[in-house]
Amino acid sequence: MNPIRVVIIDDEQPARSRLRELLEDCRSELPHSVAGEAANGVEGLQVAAAAQADVVLVDIHMPEMSGIEFARHLQVLERPPAVIFVTAHDQYAVEAFEVNALDYLTKPVRAARLLSALRKAASGARLTRGVLESIDPAPRRHFSVAERGRLTLVPVAEVIYLRAELKYVTLRTREREHLVEESLTQIEQEFGSVFVRIHRNCLVARRWIRGFERGAETEGEVGWSVVLEGLEEKLPVSRRQWPQVKTLAG
Amino acid sequence: MQSIRQNHLPDALPNFRNLGVISRILLSVNALALLFALARTRELGEFSTKVSEIAGLLEPVLLVVVVVLYAGSALLERLAYVYGLAAVLAVVLGATAALFPFQSLLGASGDWRELAWSLGCAAFVTAVLAWYFHMRNRALSPAIAEARLQALQARIRPHFLFNSLNAVLSLIRKDPKRAEGALEDLAELFRTVMADNRRLIALGDELSLCRQYLNLEQLRLGERLRVDWRVDPTAEEALVPPMVLQPLVENAVYHGIEPGIAPGLIEVRIERRNDRLWLQLTNPYHPDYQHRQGNHMALANIRERLQLHFDVEASLNTRIADDRYEIDIAMPYRTSP
Repeated sequence: MNPIRVVIIDDEQPARSRLRELLEDCRSELPHSVAGEAANGVEGLQVAAAAQADVVLVDIHMPEMSGIEFARHLQVLERPPAVIFVTAHDQYAVEAFEVNALDYLTKPVRAARLLSALRKAASGARLTRGVLESIDPAPRRHFSVAERGRLTLVPVAEVIYLRAELKYVTLRTREREHLVEESLTQIEQEFGSVFVRIHRNCLVARRWIRGFERGAETEGEVGWSVVLEGLEEKLPVSRRQWPQVKTLAG
Repeated sequence: MQSIRQNHLPDALPNFRNLGVISRILLSVNALALLFALARTRELGEFSTKVSEIAGLLEPVLLVVVVVLYAGSALLERLAYVYGLAAVLAVVLGATAALFPFQSLLGASGDWRELAWSLGCAAFVTAVLAWYFHMRNRALSPAIAEARLQALQARIRPHFLFNSLNAVLSLIRKDPKRAEGALEDLAELFRTVMADNRRLIALGDELSLCRQYLNLEQLRLGERLRVDWRVDPTAEEALVPPMVLQPLVENAVYHGIEPGIAPGLIEVRIERRNDRLWLQLTNPYHPDYQHRQGNHMALANIRERLQLHFDVEASLNTRIADDRYEIDIAMPYRTSP
């Protein structure tokens, strides 16, 4: 068996070096190599993908992206590594881990606990979106897109609109389009008031709406369209959604 | 349970130099006088004449009493409660009697019956106020004990303790000397947190506690934590409630530094302006992280303790300006005698 490849993600340098020491102490019992480390989730995703990690040790409480959101994005990879969460003190998360039978470590970490968690992780089950959401229901700060084996993060604030097309959802930023494997309904629920539904197949970010204009003819009727900040394109509002969308026009 | 928890402060006279106490005395005595006037009024037109009659008798005495108590406040503080009370009563009766001859000039008949009546009223009002301050003291002292209990439970976040222990563990093999220093800081910090926190301490001691706390945070946050101190050296002797600043510095790290990847700055400004002490703390504001808990508890706790120690003479205000969160505290400048 090849030694397992471990990646460490924690925003505090001493915490990372402590985990390295403990891993060193476990090496004779369980062969492994440290394949990389990162100080935040955004970097961590690139490191974990590039290193083809088998196991990721990730702190829950980090700036920019929490350990839980990190784990959600990781699932976009074709072969996602097992995740072991590390936390100093987070009563709420710990209860959720227990309920969902997920393995976690508390700081300060003990070598024996780390070893048993690594052994279990080697045969670990894939994390599901539902479980991770139950641990941290706060909306993500990024969308994750898998493109040609690479993982791209798109900050939620940069998304102008999301439109469902056949199997995929197209995500539009000022620069380009991405395809994401999520449903509009789930996105609408997760982000609440960030996006507004203007059509059965389309969500628009409130902050990018510049106004509304009359004119586009759909199904033989003159309807309303959304004018967007930074995009030429105008999006038609369906007749069903107009009463709600209209309230934004104020 | 109650008997173990309640830690009554001994009965004591109110601080006669405190603005809150003075205004409570002035307001309640005048309110009693109004009630008295109302009781003696038989028809509506009479009321205002009654009021001015009573005010003419009452206000000079009240003014003299308040000034004498203000001046003699340090002396009164040294007496046992009962003797202090007797001294206050003596001041009140003395002032009433001393001013009595002048009041006969204002049209009072000035015979001994009227004097006895005035002295009786004065004694009665003093008794009512003594009872009021006694009850207020009773109502507040469990609150002080409660504030202290809260201090033990909520001041230092478990999050901070475990992260600090973890950081110290990471030093033990590589840099045992630094690990020793860090554990000493941690011990000192917890000694203060667990101490009896009801007495005022010197601001200088509170500041060194904050520095020890920040040393520990620096250990794990490194570059990300920057602190700028601007402390007026003449302010360090001021007496402040213990743990008036440390929980706020801890909040500043938790809400202002930890949520950011880039380095963040905490600024501490302390100034003495005549007889006022002024503390200001600012840190970066991250609107996205406001769901993190704990800020309001520490603020409410400190505000309550400031009120218990200084009544209306202390204030604590917060505001958000230019992406920074700011806390301003003002309190009387006092030093130990």
